[in-house]
Amino acid sequence: MAVIKYYGAIAEATKCSEEQLTVSDLKISDCLALLNEKYNLKTFDVSVALNQNLVDIDSTIKLSDNDEIALLPPFAGG
Amino acid sequence: MERYNRQIQLPQVGATGQQKLKDAKILVVGAGGLGCAILPYLTASGIEHIGIIDGDTIEETNLQRQILYTETSITQQKVVVAKQQLKALNSNVNIEIYNYYLSGENALELFRNYDIIIDATDSIQTRYLINDACIITNKPFVYGSIYRFEGQVSVFNYKNGPTYRCLFKNDKAKVSNCETAGVLGTTVGLIGMLQANEVIKMILETGDVLSGQLLVYNTLNNSQNCINFKKSETKSIDEAFFNSEYKTHKIEAVCVNEAISQNVICIDVRELHETPKLELSNGLQIPLSILESKIKNLNKNENYAVYCQSGKRSLEAIKLLKNHQFQNVKNIEGGVISMQQKINNEKSIY
Repeated sequence: MAVIKYYGAIAEATKCSEEQLTVSDLKISDCLALLNEKYNLKTFDVSVALNQNLVDIDSTIKLSDNDEIALLPPFAGG
Repeated sequence: MERYNRQIQLPQVGATGQQKLKDAKILVVGAGGLGCAILPYLTASGIEHIGIIDGDTIEETNLQRQILYTETSITQQKVVVAKQQLKALNSNVNIEIYNYYLSGENALELFRNYDIIIDATDSIQTRYLINDACIITNKPFVYGSIYRFEGQVSVFNYKNGPTYRCLFKNDKAKVSNCETAGVLGTTVGLIGMLQANEVIKMILETGDVLSGQLLVYNTLNNSQNCINFKKSETKSIDEAFFNSEYKTHKIEAVCVNEAISQNVICIDVRELHETPKLELSNGLQIPLSILESKIKNLNKNENYAVYCQSGKRSLEAIKLLKNHQFQNVKNIEGGVISMQQKINNEKSIY
């Protein structure tokens, strides 16, 4: 199973900082749709990293079980 | 030079490095939590040209994390007190203070006088302004930001490297800090220190600078993650873009009494769940997140005054309305927080 990591306010919405999910053969956008359905994340502006590298949300790369996907919202505080 | 002896001993610094620090010119945007962490260390290190820009005054709630200020500094200008404290720490340092907020009107001219720009602000909109001004003036930009127990640090536009826009593309992102999320002093301290450390490495030209990398630090579990990102700007950031984005939106402010008493419709752009609710006879609520889709229901020739919780999202809403040719839109400065104070004061008078 792939590891999904959550940061900032997104981790508060999902109530965990990471979890394991079956996402094999899904695209990034499919994975996001799945998570939106589960946690209603639509209100967040988010950048996505695949295995520690930022990826385009519209990327056609297919995810696999060994992947680590990170959801990063911009932070504002200071 | 004796005072810098401990760092000059480092092979990565030496007399040459100390001279580089002495000659460097840095600008810190924001003298809040991050600024108060960054400034003392950079001042102590012997950087002799430091600029600080912030239009804010010191409040009691700042003291828990803004450690340059003391109880006697409350109500004073942040940059004025910061300068006093820093001069006491290192009198060799020339500290230039700008007692106003960074804007499209002053950013380019100001940035041209410095080598490195440090973002110690608490606003995403200001971050895009800093980013774009850094691109135009060709300056590196040291970024730090916080959400509760997590911090992000990166260096943008370093030697033509990736920028904030390569990391977060949506410059119309919903502003999430209008309501205060809360923060510990130690968290801003740690993130500010990581920023200061990047500044020193850049000046000394030593170590690896966080260019093309976002460091995410979690102070609750001490985890650190680094995300790599590449240059991928889709917009061309030039002076024409800068002027249209940051200069042509002169937004008029209106005070609460004026907005309520005049023939003006007050629009609350907060989300529906946000409190306190204000019962205004001439008010309506359209959250910023759906404002664009509701614009067709509004009359472009009507007079509007826009408010949110603290006055930040309302500025965004006004920008949006002005982009749709609304002419008579004003901002209620300070938002509901200041409106409530006003209403309470009036109640106590009668």
